[in-house]
Amino acid sequence: MSFINDFLASWREYRRPGYYEKFDYAWTMSIDLDRCTGCEACVTACQAENNLPIVGEDEFAKGREMQWIRIERYWEGEYPNVKLGFIPMLCQHCDAAPCETVCPVSATYHNQDGLNAQIYNRCIGTRSCAVYCPYEVRYFNYNNHHWDAPLDEQLNPDVSVREKGVMEKCTFCIQRIRQAKDQAKDDGRRRVRDGEVQPACVQTCPAEALVFGDRNDAESQVAQSMNHPRAYHVLEELNTDPSVVYLKKVGSNAG
Amino acid sequence: MQAERDISYADVNRDVVRSLVETGSKYYITLAISVSVMLACFFAPWFYQLQYGIGAAGMNHPTVWGTYLASFIFWIGLSHSGTLLSCVLHITNSSWRKAMYRSAEAMTLFSLMVAVTMVMVHLGRPWFIHWAVPYPNQMELWPNFRSPLMFDVMAITTYLTGSTIFIYMGTIPDFAAVRDRTTGWRHHMYVLLSLGWRGTDTEWHRLGWAYTFLAVLIIPLAVSVHSIVSWDFALSIVPALHQTIFAPYFVVGAIYSGTAGIVTVMFVLRKYMNFEHYITKLHFDNLGKLLLVLSLIWTYINVLEIFTGWYSGTSTEYEAIRYKLFGYYAPLYWEMILFCAVAPLLMISKRFRTSFVPMLILSIAINIGMYTERFLIVATSLSRQYLPDAWGIYVPSLVEISIMVGSLAMFVTLFLIFVKIFPSISIYEIKETLPEPEPKTQSESGAPEWQPTL
Repeated sequence: MSFINDFLASWREYRRPGYYEKFDYAWTMSIDLDRCTGCEACVTACQAENNLPIVGEDEFAKGREMQWIRIERYWEGEYPNVKLGFIPMLCQHCDAAPCETVCPVSATYHNQDGLNAQIYNRCIGTRSCAVYCPYEVRYFNYNNHHWDAPLDEQLNPDVSVREKGVMEKCTFCIQRIRQAKDQAKDDGRRRVRDGEVQPACVQTCPAEALVFGDRNDAESQVAQSMNHPRAYHVLEELNTDPSVVYLKKVGSNAG
Repeated sequence: MQAERDISYADVNRDVVRSLVETGSKYYITLAISVSVMLACFFAPWFYQLQYGIGAAGMNHPTVWGTYLASFIFWIGLSHSGTLLSCVLHITNSSWRKAMYRSAEAMTLFSLMVAVTMVMVHLGRPWFIHWAVPYPNQMELWPNFRSPLMFDVMAITTYLTGSTIFIYMGTIPDFAAVRDRTTGWRHHMYVLLSLGWRGTDTEWHRLGWAYTFLAVLIIPLAVSVHSIVSWDFALSIVPALHQTIFAPYFVVGAIYSGTAGIVTVMFVLRKYMNFEHYITKLHFDNLGKLLLVLSLIWTYINVLEIFTGWYSGTSTEYEAIRYKLFGYYAPLYWEMILFCAVAPLLMISKRFRTSFVPMLILSIAINIGMYTERFLIVATSLSRQYLPDAWGIYVPSLVEISIMVGSLAMFVTLFLIFVKIFPSISIYEIKETLPEPEPKTQSESGAPEWQPTL
């Protein structure tokens, strides 16, 4: 009857208050729109780190470019009094993610770090998660991608190359988070220190508009920017409880 | 009743068996055409798509669902009238059902099969589709029971099983009747299919009981299937999809397009299988009335959809409605309104309802309109979601259009095979509507002397 005991044990675990809200780590990114210059260095860094394919001219024209992080541009006002606002848009790692409930095979799920994880091997390509995502940050592999001769050698060995028919999206560079946690464990420390792990986009941002950290740690930079008066979530009214915090651009309504 | 008085029991048997046994060259030509269209337009492009990836279709970043899903809803919808209508008419004792229900139920079955195939076409990696089914496995991996897509898998497989049992069970006495009048391989096939039916009282009693039981069971099932299909959309938070009206909207739409489909199939059967005596003006009249009512409900829900969007007062819902009515896909929207809301009003006139060719044209127009409706639900909503930066236009590719045509050919092929294996009108139920033949000898009590052996 061990399987019944196993079942009851996990059932009790799932019913524990806070099981779905309180995580070991709560990885959070804060994006200061006042600092963002729209240079797209983060987009390029992500492309290099996460083996994102260059889809080519034809596929781009069809609207199938792969950008786990993209810079959305919004203009305000009429010419000549135009203001331009940038919003870097990436997976918000929502704690109440609509994409997680819809996947029929649980290929996308919430892990114990509060990350919205995607299992490429399990994905059957219904693309319903992309429909349910209000931020439009899930990207589908419409075909197999290839890297021309020398470029294939720069693929990141820590990140799998996705095949046709699977969905993919920003992972907050989960490979780096894993590495940092392993390092912390090897050093005999229990937790990862603030600033010890940085996704590629954060590492690259020249204006330091992007900050990454654990919001469970009250001392961390992100925990402090969450309490900033300019802090807000994109599409907060949808109650998706995102893990990405934006700091409003001063004197602008865009973003 | 509706059948004209000059046909006898023997005529019914003869006519139906003739439709199974005598096969003209016309039939073979039609079958050859539909099989080749199916292979060329459905399987060849699908094979290409499996090799290349979903990129063969026209879907792109904001609009990740396209005509494949629209076709899926369309075929599920078309499946709705057959068995559902047959069940409702059976438990309400409407005898006009008897001449048409067999082919209507077959329509259910085949459109469900095509719908399931469309899901396979839609998936990015269809070779893993079994992962959506809860089966015990070594890795203890289960599907996501919270997912409306998972509900879909359950609902559709249940409906498919129920409809298959329903049509098969209702046909057993007819298989037996045909078994007794055929020879050769057909005889052997019908011996197997009729499950040793002898026509005893006990058998009839049990059949009647089981049939009514299944009919009652299938009605809520059919309603639930399309409600669940609608939840694929309504449970999302996409503007214009996230609406409580969606379940009844889809069910009404499904019955609407399904009934129109029945009219089309009735016309074809009547014309090409020589069933003029059995499928009469009465059927077209009644189906026309039903279609008229359904079109009015459907129009009402469409108006309501716009109203609730407007009443929500949110900018995203406003934009979704504006885009639907006046945006890129607006010509399709107004075509849908013309075909599904305006044109069906012609059926107010009895003269229209009882004329065959206009009803055929209207029924096809309704289904074109209903296909457009499903396409619009997917395309307009997904191409305009919350973030204006991620707006985009989706246009179906040639592969998609070809597969759309091919799926129709697949349906026709299945139907053509059906009419040669299943008695496409119910022999025994038609006989119930005919005057009883004079018994040759009668005992004093008036009952026939011959008693069935039990």
